[in-house]
Amino acid sequence: MSSQNDQSNKFSTTRRKLLMGIAALPAVPLLASTGLFSTPAMAQAPATSAVNTTGLAVTDTEVTVGILHSVTGTMAISETGSVQAEKLAIDQINAMGGVLGRKIKFIQEDGASDWPTFAEKAKKLLVNDKVAAIMGCWTSASRKAVLPVVEQYNGMLYYPTFYEGLEQSKNVIYTGQEATQQILAGLDWVAKTKNGKTFYLIGSDYIWPRTSMKIARKHIEGHLKDSSVVGEEYFPLGHTQFNSVINKIKLKKPDVIYAAVVGGSNVAFYKQLKAAGIDLNKQTLLTISVTEDEIDGIGGENIAGAYSSMKYFQSLDNPNNKEFVAAFKKMWGEKTVIGDVTQAAYLGPWLWKMTVEKAGSFDIDKIAAASAGIEFNKAPEGYVKIHDNHHLWSKARIGLALPDGQFKVVYETPDLIEPDPFPKGYQ
Amino acid sequence: MFKSDRTFFLRPQDMIGIAVLAFLLIVILPLTLDNFRLQFVGKYLTYAFVALGLVLCWGYAGILSLGQGVFFGLGGYCMAMFLKLESSSVEATKIQTTPGIPDFMDWNQITELPYMWQPFNSLTLTLIAVILVPALFAFIVGFAMFKRRVGGVYFAIITQALAAIMTILIIGQQGYTGGINGITDLRTLNGWDIRTDSAKTILYFVCVALLIACILIAYFVKSSKLGRILVAMRDKEDRVRFSGYDVANFKVFVFCLAASLSAIGGAMFTLQVGFMSPSFVGIVPSIEMVIYAAVGGRLSILGAIYGTLLVNWAKTSFSESFPELWLFGLGGLFIAVVLIFPNGIAGLWQTYIAPRLGPLFGGTAARRASPPATPPASPPPSAAAPAAAE
Repeated sequence: MSSQNDQSNKFSTTRRKLLMGIAALPAVPLLASTGLFSTPAMAQAPATSAVNTTGLAVTDTEVTVGILHSVTGTMAISETGSVQAEKLAIDQINAMGGVLGRKIKFIQEDGASDWPTFAEKAKKLLVNDKVAAIMGCWTSASRKAVLPVVEQYNGMLYYPTFYEGLEQSKNVIYTGQEATQQILAGLDWVAKTKNGKTFYLIGSDYIWPRTSMKIARKHIEGHLKDSSVVGEEYFPLGHTQFNSVINKIKLKKPDVIYAAVVGGSNVAFYKQLKAAGIDLNKQTLLTISVTEDEIDGIGGENIAGAYSSMKYFQSLDNPNNKEFVAAFKKMWGEKTVIGDVTQAAYLGPWLWKMTVEKAGSFDIDKIAAASAGIEFNKAPEGYVKIHDNHHLWSKARIGLALPDGQFKVVYETPDLIEPDPFPKGYQ
Repeated sequence: MFKSDRTFFLRPQDMIGIAVLAFLLIVILPLTLDNFRLQFVGKYLTYAFVALGLVLCWGYAGILSLGQGVFFGLGGYCMAMFLKLESSSVEATKIQTTPGIPDFMDWNQITELPYMWQPFNSLTLTLIAVILVPALFAFIVGFAMFKRRVGGVYFAIITQALAAIMTILIIGQQGYTGGINGITDLRTLNGWDIRTDSAKTILYFVCVALLIACILIAYFVKSSKLGRILVAMRDKEDRVRFSGYDVANFKVFVFCLAASLSAIGGAMFTLQVGFMSPSFVGIVPSIEMVIYAAVGGRLSILGAIYGTLLVNWAKTSFSESFPELWLFGLGGLFIAVVLIFPNGIAGLWQTYIAPRLGPLFGGTAARRASPPATPPASPPPSAAAPAAAE
């Protein structure tokens, strides 16, 4: 066995083994125990057999996780930030000694902006690579495609995007905000400080904007005083002609335009608003779909004056965030911007690490059980905590878009908001 | 000349070719691949149905359809609707506002099952719909266009528009179709859990059996008088018309046949992958499916099958090894096919390999037997299947 070859290195363990061997009697268990004690540098790490009882890709020195985002196709522009944040977090965790004494190794797969590919790759990561966790997915559609796979093969998915809620799984930790966390506080704020009474809802046509608008409408009509929705419209993904809706807006003169237009449509929407003479410094617009990443495409001068409701902005003034932004720029370049989802993606590996350490095991069932109550003080957005329903307690913040592409934080909720993926009275 | 060579609709070299393919799919691949990879092959084979339809429709009849994804999708959606209803029992959906309807309907404030969905409570009706709905749609489209003598590139453009329209329709009507998410989380088929490994293996073999049956149908059509009219129509449409044939009817028929084949593939896809989404219906997947047929060889029934397997295998393995570069590799492969071997790998096989193997493997005999207008074609030199012939 190995200890025979490098005596000097293993001297003490050999002696220990000898003592144990004498105690435990004959020669065969003595040889077997050599293997157990000959792990060198990671001597304090718990034995693999103890922390990994289900055959995950965990060795004495390494643990493998999967990163599953689109790096090609239409979603690549949005998901790249998440990949970068996850890689940064993994790097930092490794520099601190890894998880349970094991370095994190990652296998990256490309979902190619294609939902079936996401499902296929998730299955590959779980079945072939036996990854201990997957950091991934971005759109709701990709998550919906991956969800049955992680449930069937009992994997653990850390999902970073703010999303529509109506979902909860043992096998998923949602590190972004669900719809009520993002929407309610923002609406309350705009009603109070901007005296918003009439709202015009505009969204892209798929499940997230529709569900968000449903919640927004219920809140506006049921909970805000004498407020009403004067228009609600949806446009196909990738739509670029907003002139007709802009004319309607001019006609109805709502106090607040409430927008959940996503992706490339954003660019057209804000440019056309500006071209139509709607000055966002005078017309209040609150969006739940624009982060620093989107402004990169829209152009700061086109959206300056709009308000965005998120839980994180790059300009957030706290020591955690300063450190995070500096590390991110060092790794990925000065010009990169960090949006809400990028920060949420950064939380994934950290929350997983802390959960594994709390559970003392990489086993999925134990992690799923140990997740509730995990607290992370070093999160760039500030303190976060995992709720029993596998979503995060987090704050809501309102940012004012500035011409340089950054947001100025104008409001934040005093307390953490409880995640409520199945909100009563809003369905 | 044809009759003397062929009493049965399969020539000896066709039979060898099919036998080799069957042996590869039924014996070699299940023995050499682990379960996980075999399920991939099962998924690829569902695209092979589309490629098969394209060989008949495009290769033989000269009708290039850039909208086969529509039919693949219709077949897949029919199957998915049945499976979704089965997994949306009242007990399984009791957290919803309206239990007993599919979850996405509930999210869209629909409170009762739409009429369109009612027939899909029955498996028999579903299986009929899988074939009939796409065929009927193809009939309407085909009849409207071919009777007006719309053909060639115009037809291709219109089918492409259809693919775009269909995607927009599905995404727009998300309360009824699941929108861009598609119909997800399908669990059981008549109580049989389709998510287990053993079920996937069984579905793989069902898929292979159906594919071979469809290949036989394709050969039958090809070698019949109908098949020869199709080829004649492709090469000199007016002459066929002046000979007294109603060209449009033949075109409508082959277009419907290709649509039904695609739909079978779509239904098998849904069963094996466990969901259906509009991303299989649009322009990009439809064109990708044409590429499968082109890479394999659009004039070769078996070639298209190998082409589908090869392209998809390349796609999966490129994307695993080089997540950020794989699209370029794939693009390079397609450019190479078009520039270097326009008749696909089947053409390569026919030109360089078959002549050395003698008549039984599609060498000189095949050349003699084929009409000059049809460049003889046969399957590719696949490493796993060294012999096949047309």
